[in-house]
Amino acid sequence: MKTDLYKNYIKNANTHRMNNNVIIIGGGPSGLEASAQLHKMGYKVFLIEKDSQLGGHLAKWDRLFPDSIEAKSILENILENINGVKYFLNTEVESITLLDKEYNVILSNGTTIPATAILVACGFDLFPAEKKEEYGYGIYDHVITNADLENWFKTGLDDRIVKNPKRIGFVHCVGSRDEKAGNRYCSKVCCATAVKQACEVKEAFPDAEVFCFYMDLRMFGKGYEELYLKAQKDYGVRFIRGRVSEVAENIDKQLVIKAEDTLSGKPVKVTLDLLVLMAGMKNCVSSAKIANLFSLKTDEYGFFTGKDSIYKLQYSNKEGIFHAGACTGPKTLPESLHEARAAALAIDNYIKSLE
Amino acid sequence: MTGFGYSLTPSSRINLDDKDKEKWNKLIDLEPDVLKCMACGSCTASCTAGIFTKTSLRSAILYLQNGQEKQAMEYVKSCLLCGKCFMVCPRAINTRHLLLSISKIYTLK
Repeated sequence: MKTDLYKNYIKNANTHRMNNNVIIIGGGPSGLEASAQLHKMGYKVFLIEKDSQLGGHLAKWDRLFPDSIEAKSILENILENINGVKYFLNTEVESITLLDKEYNVILSNGTTIPATAILVACGFDLFPAEKKEEYGYGIYDHVITNADLENWFKTGLDDRIVKNPKRIGFVHCVGSRDEKAGNRYCSKVCCATAVKQACEVKEAFPDAEVFCFYMDLRMFGKGYEELYLKAQKDYGVRFIRGRVSEVAENIDKQLVIKAEDTLSGKPVKVTLDLLVLMAGMKNCVSSAKIANLFSLKTDEYGFFTGKDSIYKLQYSNKEGIFHAGACTGPKTLPESLHEARAAALAIDNYIKSLE
Repeated sequence: MTGFGYSLTPSSRINLDDKDKEKWNKLIDLEPDVLKCMACGSCTASCTAGIFTKTSLRSAILYLQNGQEKQAMEYVKSCLLCGKCFMVCPRAINTRHLLLSISKIYTLK
């Protein structure tokens, strides 16, 4: 009887949680959220971030679609829960060895950490817009990216944005759905971001005309279609269905846009004071190195592939190594957070199964 | 049939039941990439002839898909074969080659 009670106590005490380390690679939203959850469960969590600050792209964004919630407040919420998590900034993984059922990970700062499970959450990079030379990013004076615009919303500093722009344009699908750029996939979040930013820029410059050049508007999430309606109805954003084929600069440093208005079947030209390129998502710069070190499978674009695309997305092809967030493909922020929690549970189940 | 002294205008509706598939299937055999078009309009936007004439490969593909060959030809007959559309196509369709195949199959005059 006593032994039964004792066994039951041990079973419920989840002692496996106290005796195992988990390493998390990437200090963006999904890495942070998974750290918080695993830490709460009782694991010893080590978070590794290659940048000099936590938060990933979220730390650089101003407001989030569809409700324009401040990115800062979401990040603060997430960071509140990682108190007690040991994290390393400016650090990368140097090497990894598998000893029996445990990984031994050596970091670039010389630290060695043994871990039972590893979560890869290294996220994404923005597509480098200068690669689409025909749009003139880095060549013309008034061409910026979605990230530059968020930075301007945050800081108010950007010389490329003139005082009173009369016409502003947004180009969707920059580096996405583009075989010439090497990325056939849709980056998923740029449509909603463009519509959000079009509204915000109209708030900043009420007298400006705002144009969005799109191929398909993929407003798939809750509240996104409403955001689109709001942009049309309340902000008067003009949506033109056609891909911008080229951009030129005139003598006044304005931008002359060429596209086809495919709905009327006519080529269209418009002169703008500011052009915003919606740079899509690509695999993170360090994902190739991590894939190599850990022998992880990636797809043709360098994103990690889970065991399958529906039921076992969080499980990598290697025992004890898991994925969360945009390192497996473009994701929205809530999706990344949900995946982080799912990965935390998957890791807990995995470690428990080893006992 | 008794004539009532008036007639109806012929329907302008696209009738996919009547589409002659022979030439279209021949085109697909020669140019399977024609099916990749997502109608973004890059080709038309960059077209050298498109500003002055109604040249538009995107429109031509759409009309051919709908079996409207006559209308389709209107959109390609002024093509200069400069190949600029090939450079901008995001689905990497060899548009210049496609235009030549269209002209071969649909015998442009």
